[in-house]
Amino acid sequence: MSRAPRQRNAHAGALRDAPAEAARSAGVDDARASVLGAIGWALARDFRVALRSKGELGVQLLFYVIVVTLFPLATSPSPEILATLGPGVLWTSALLASLLSLPRLFASDYDDGTLEQIALSPRPLVALVSGKMAAHWLTTGLPVAAMAPLLGSQYALETPMLGTLTASLLLGTPILSLLGAVGAALTLGARGGGTLLALLVLPLYAPVLIFGAGAVDAARAGVSATPHLSLLAAGLLLALVAVPFAVAAAVRIALD
Amino acid sequence: MSPAILLEARRLAAQRGNARLFAGIEFTLATGEALVVTGANGSGKTTLLRIVAGLTIPAEGEIRWRGKATHPFDAHLREAVAFNGHSPALKDELSAEENLDAWTRLYDRRLAHERIVDALDGVGLFRQRRLPVRVLSQGQRRRIGLARLALVRRTLWVLDEPLTALDAQASGVLGALLDAHLDAGGLCVAASHQPLPIAADRARGLVLGEPA
Repeated sequence: MSRAPRQRNAHAGALRDAPAEAARSAGVDDARASVLGAIGWALARDFRVALRSKGELGVQLLFYVIVVTLFPLATSPSPEILATLGPGVLWTSALLASLLSLPRLFASDYDDGTLEQIALSPRPLVALVSGKMAAHWLTTGLPVAAMAPLLGSQYALETPMLGTLTASLLLGTPILSLLGAVGAALTLGARGGGTLLALLVLPLYAPVLIFGAGAVDAARAGVSATPHLSLLAAGLLLALVAVPFAVAAAVRIALD
Repeated sequence: MSPAILLEARRLAAQRGNARLFAGIEFTLATGEALVVTGANGSGKTTLLRIVAGLTIPAEGEIRWRGKATHPFDAHLREAVAFNGHSPALKDELSAEENLDAWTRLYDRRLAHERIVDALDGVGLFRQRRLPVRVLSQGQRRRIGLARLALVRRTLWVLDEPLTALDAQASGVLGALLDAHLDAGGLCVAASHQPLPIAADRARGLVLGEPA
């Protein structure tokens, strides 16, 4: 029964604090802390929600395993052919697995009103969506890259090539999450958003596929894979800088 | 100190598709005042509230906050506004406590956990605080929204149908929260079909859908 007055007092003090807080946040150090805090906040929240719905994560990973396993059944068990197919199949499957997980990135937040609250919060939206994309990669891209050596051995890929494959996926899957996030944010609220998302995102994924699978092919041909991996790394850096701003803008348009 | 005008709407108009929802809406709101927007379904109450909160661009006119014109997602407005829309922005997978903890931490990193438990107690959800939101009723979800309002310190509350799904006890809690908010110099813009549970002389009315 004593609760109501206590809330009242806390609230009265709070309103006076608001302008002071705004003034304090003008400092550069505070701004940096606010950006990092916002990234961490979104990352922790999405990570926690993802861990509570393990089923969904499992389905996505299982999809990846099954698609990779289907190709040898449909083609030939000869190690020669499998080793030729392997890089392309593993990379295409990673692409499809990433695509499958994209609707979860923003659509559920859009439906339950979370996105509105995030966009209206005092923290920078660019940082908040960055945290969301990081959580998406940690829960979808990273497991795919981690499974790759195991699945690659099905395709008679030798150990050095498995290393190149994993390296290319570690560099490439974050790009998939980032580019996919642009598509996911742009198709928010659109009818038939899922299909539209695939049409929008798959062509953007093509360069990542080319350099990713190309790296493993180069390693198999005995050539250095470094140029391919460097291009992937450059692409990743470019996407890291540009994509959060594009996604934040797309989210704001979707909310209007 | 005479009440200062903080929020001002000038010749607001909104359009949805080809349909003009409303035009020429003007109002001012000073510290400690509440505005209750009423009107038939589809008259644009939610749109007006979203414009005030800075989520939607008006077709014409502008919102001024503390004397300055604002654009959507304006940083000054974001420092001041708390928006409770149709959806309470809760994650089904997390408990009431975790949801509230996440939201308040976005606004205030130093908020003590005790305060969150207190706020949940204040809206009658102490025993349900560890349950996943999935199993809570519509009214209980709205109560979490009320607890968030109590914890997050904002000057301007924008509430869309705050009484929906609330029982008598919860609407009493809302009334107490609103009174405390207005007493402390806060502002409130609410859309509601029922009268808000505050003294009638504290709230001004705005009717949408009538010829100006």
